[in-house]
Parts: sequence; structure tokens; C-alpha cells
Amino acid sequence: MANHLHDFLIHLGDNALILGHRLSELTGHGPVLEQDMAMTNIALDLVGQTRNIFQVAASIQGGGASEDSIAYTRDVTAYKNVLLVEQKNGDFAKTVTRQFFYDAFNYHAYQRLLKSNNKDIAAIADKAIKEITYHLKWSAEWVIRLGDGTDESHQRIKDAIETLWPYTGEMFKFADYELACHDEGIFPDIHSIKGDWDEEIKNVFAEANLDVPESGWMHDGGKRGGHSEHLGFLLAEMQFLQRSYPGQEW
Amino acid sequence: MDNNWPIWEIFLRSKNGLNHKHVGSLHATDAEMAMQNARDVYTRRNEGISIWVVESKHISASDPDEGESLFDPANDKVYRHPTFYNLPDELKHM
Repeated sequence: MANHLHDFLIHLGDNALILGHRLSELTGHGPVLEQDMAMTNIALDLVGQTRNIFQVAASIQGGGASEDSIAYTRDVTAYKNVLLVEQKNGDFAKTVTRQFFYDAFNYHAYQRLLKSNNKDIAAIADKAIKEITYHLKWSAEWVIRLGDGTDESHQRIKDAIETLWPYTGEMFKFADYELACHDEGIFPDIHSIKGDWDEEIKNVFAEANLDVPESGWMHDGGKRGGHSEHLGFLLAEMQFLQRSYPGQEW
Repeated sequence: MDNNWPIWEIFLRSKNGLNHKHVGSLHATDAEMAMQNARDVYTRRNEGISIWVVESKHISASDPDEGESLFDPANDKVYRHPTFYNLPDELKHM
């Protein structure tokens, strides 16, 4: 189906769903109880946002589609999330860095989606922005704590930044459906988000005694369905139940 | 590493409550982290609208061994309770 609004919603929802699922993998494995809870809360927020987005996408799709069928029955190439969010959790520094890069983008994207001329999207953004504001506060503070912490924490977050930096460029490249939505006033100019994102990264890294990497070569393709091998494994676990027992409820 | 983090006592004021109530404790390296942790651990189900955090070492507690001298003397002074008044029937909720 070639419907750019539908595809854009799938992209937004997939970002939240995949990152939410990644964080949920850490439930019960957090470094301390308090952060285990914090990450689980963020995971729940993200999955909740996914539901709101997929409900709208399902109504556009029609034909008996539901939030569950969208989440659990698509193949890997139908997913439109950015590559950043499917990257593995790694150590706590990597989890935090991935979260911070994404939250900083998400916060400024959703600030603009509040003013989208699509009422459904504006309503979704209005509900999500409070959660996202807290997510960004949480991840930014941890970047500062780790960067400005011990020699080991500094080194670990430095390594994480180096690993994940090449996945940040994709967020600021229009996919076809984003461009089409932009033309209709549904989605803002993605390049204006980049300016705010750069500023956010610069300020937090300065406080954390971390250097902002040179822009360099960037991975690309997630928004169009070209994913790293990690996503297939994630989906295998996430979709197992609905694939093996279609329509199962609890 | 969590063993090195100090313990903080968490107090919440609920929507309808007038004063903060002790709800538990958690680990954090400083007040800001204690505040965020308290938000994540103790307010997930809408329990509060205001949080206080106090590092546990700053709380002075009464000594259980002094319990008798501190509290027993109040036991036999029933006249300190307002139970000797005849209340009119019209008065409810007393």
C-alpha cells in the first residue's frame, strides 16, 4: 500500500516499539534495582506510544488490521525504524547513549509534531511529549554521570559513542514518505530538528567532558526496511507467540 | 557498585494527603538521582504529587531500648484523651 501517512505512522511506531522492546530485555537485569525500574518504565512508555500510533495506522490500513497485527505479523523488511534503536543493549553506557541520541531527536521531533496539521498525530504527540521529556532528562543525566564519572565509566561511554555515532545520521535524512508528509504540513522539516539535536548533544557532552565526534560516514536504510541483522533476532523473540499461536490473547 | 551508594528515605505527598508520608528507601549517589529514582520506583501508580528525599544518615531515630521510658508513661494517662465528653447525637464523624 502506497500511503505516505500510513508509512510515516509505521515509522514512528516502529521506532518506539523496537526501542521499547530493547529496553524491556533489560527488565530484571538492570545494574541496580532503581535503574532497572527506570528503564522498564521507559520501555512501557514507548510501547504505550506505539499502541496509540498503530491504532491510527490500523484505521488507515483497514481490512481488519489492528495494533497487534501491525506489531506482530510483519516481516523484518516491513519495519521502518531507524537502525539506531535496534542496536543491541551492550553495557549500561551503550544503552544510555543509544537512549540519549534517540531521546534528543524524539524530543525535538515531537515538539514539532504537536503542531502537525494532522489532528491524530498532534494528539499522540501531546500525550507522549511529557514522557519523552522525562526520558531525555533521564538519559542526558546518565550521559553526564558516566562521562564525568570514573575513568572506567568515561571510557565506556566514549566507546559507546564511537560505536553508535554512525547510526545517528539516518534520523535526519528524509525518507520518501516523510518528505511527502512534510509537503502536506504533517511533519516538520527534518533538517531543523538536526540543528536542535546538535545543540542538545553539544551541551550535554560539554557537561560530561565528552567530545562530539566528527560527522563522518553514516549508516542508512532502516527507514526503508533495510535493517541490521540484529532486528531479525529481536523480532523472532517478540513475535514468537503471535506467529505460533495467531490471535492468542491473555 | 550499588553497595557503595548511600541510602535515601523517600517521602511522598499523595493527591489528597496533607502531609508527606514515608514510603520506603532506595539507593542513589546524590539528591537529584534519589529524586529521579523515587519517581521511578514509588510513583508509578499515581501515588504522589510531591516527593521529599532525605539521606538516611541525616535521620535521628529514637532508641528502642529507651522505649519504656519514652512511651510507657503515657499509657496510664487516659485523661489526656478527649473521651470523657458526652457528645450530642447530631454530631457525626467524631
